[in-house]
Amino acid sequence: MAGSTAEYIQHHLTNLTYGQHPDGTWGFAHSAQEASAMGFMSINVDSMGWSIATGLIFILVFRRAAVIATSGVPGGLQNAVEMIVEFIDETTQSIFEYKNDLIAPLALTIFVWVFLMNLMDLVPVDWIPELAKLVGISHMKVVASTDPNVTMAMALSVFVLILYYSIKCKGFMGFLKELSFHPFPSVFAIPVNFILEFVTLIAKPLSLGLRLFGNMYAGEMIFILIALMFGAGAIFFVFGGVLQWAWAVFHVLIITLQAFIFAVLTIVYLAQAHETDEH
Amino acid sequence: MNLGLTIFGQSITFFIFVWFCMKFIWPPLLAMMQQRQETIAAGLAAAEEAELKLADAASGAEAEMAQAKQEAATILDQARSRANQMIEEAKGEARVEGERIVEGARAEIDQEINRAKETLRAQVSTLVITGAERVLESSVDVSRHNDMLDKLAAEL
Repeated sequence: MAGSTAEYIQHHLTNLTYGQHPDGTWGFAHSAQEASAMGFMSINVDSMGWSIATGLIFILVFRRAAVIATSGVPGGLQNAVEMIVEFIDETTQSIFEYKNDLIAPLALTIFVWVFLMNLMDLVPVDWIPELAKLVGISHMKVVASTDPNVTMAMALSVFVLILYYSIKCKGFMGFLKELSFHPFPSVFAIPVNFILEFVTLIAKPLSLGLRLFGNMYAGEMIFILIALMFGAGAIFFVFGGVLQWAWAVFHVLIITLQAFIFAVLTIVYLAQAHETDEH
Repeated sequence: MNLGLTIFGQSITFFIFVWFCMKFIWPPLLAMMQQRQETIAAGLAAAEEAELKLADAASGAEAEMAQAKQEAATILDQARSRANQMIEEAKGEARVEGERIVEGARAEIDQEINRAKETLRAQVSTLVITGAERVLESSVDVSRHNDMLDKLAAEL
């Protein structure tokens, strides 16, 4: 039983990976070991698939709302979309006081996309992997945001934007000056300042990506552990059902909150990147 | 769980989605929402204006009603006084007419009385003569005593 339990958990935590085997050939990995043996030259097909699918859902639904949008009496879809857009717009305006047409759409995309990726966590953990098994796919992780590749990619993309706007707004020298003179405005403190500011800067994408990954990974793990109870007798089955329901309800809060935190921190970081006056 | 090419894939996807959202989703939605905001503001302003106009019209109507009432009262008063006047006039006329009729009747009665007196006078003289004839048995000369008798009759 212990072996199969470990296998079950391991199976649920393994991505469907396509990449270059150590012998030079390309193909799908059939186990976690094979996947890790591929190293960097691998792509998690399931993460990419679900992330693109959820992103497309966001794009299509919101685009549809934008197309049918009327300034008259709005319909149900338009109401829902407008609610989210207005919420993001207000949040952005309250945090970001500079003129930049990218920030609000960026925050909207992050918020809704991350929310949708997280939402896949509420699908019972075995449904989609078992269906995939039926059509011959060995591994299937449906929650893209439990893949550090996905969350770190988004965090790094935001980081690139932070660097871009920092340099664009402050100038390259201005940016360096901010890194060198910031906590202690003295020439002698430059090394200390630089180390401190550099760590702060690097911590932004790391915390952004790892926070989302950690929360979603832990949440998924608990769903998997609860799912294990279903196979352990009638009492555990009922208990597991109640637990799963309770955790799902709680998780609704977490996935929304994490999506919101990611979006808000993105706005905050970019607002800091736009800050030019010394204080 | 190892990092791989997925990072690049996801980053590219991320920028494509953000770009799409920035180009085709955010501007039309926000423009539309702003437009509706303006429409609603205009509607509210119009409603307020209409309310003001309505209040204006209501107060105007009230004033006009009051004026109309006053006019009606005036007309009624005039009519009443005119009616009273007419009644008074009619009464006066009736009184004069009645007096005239009474006067006429009185004159007629006097005339009648005089006529009766005349007749009576004439008959009295005849009667007296007849009576005297009876008393004196033929010794009365009618033509001689007629003047005296007429005088007597006129005294009656």
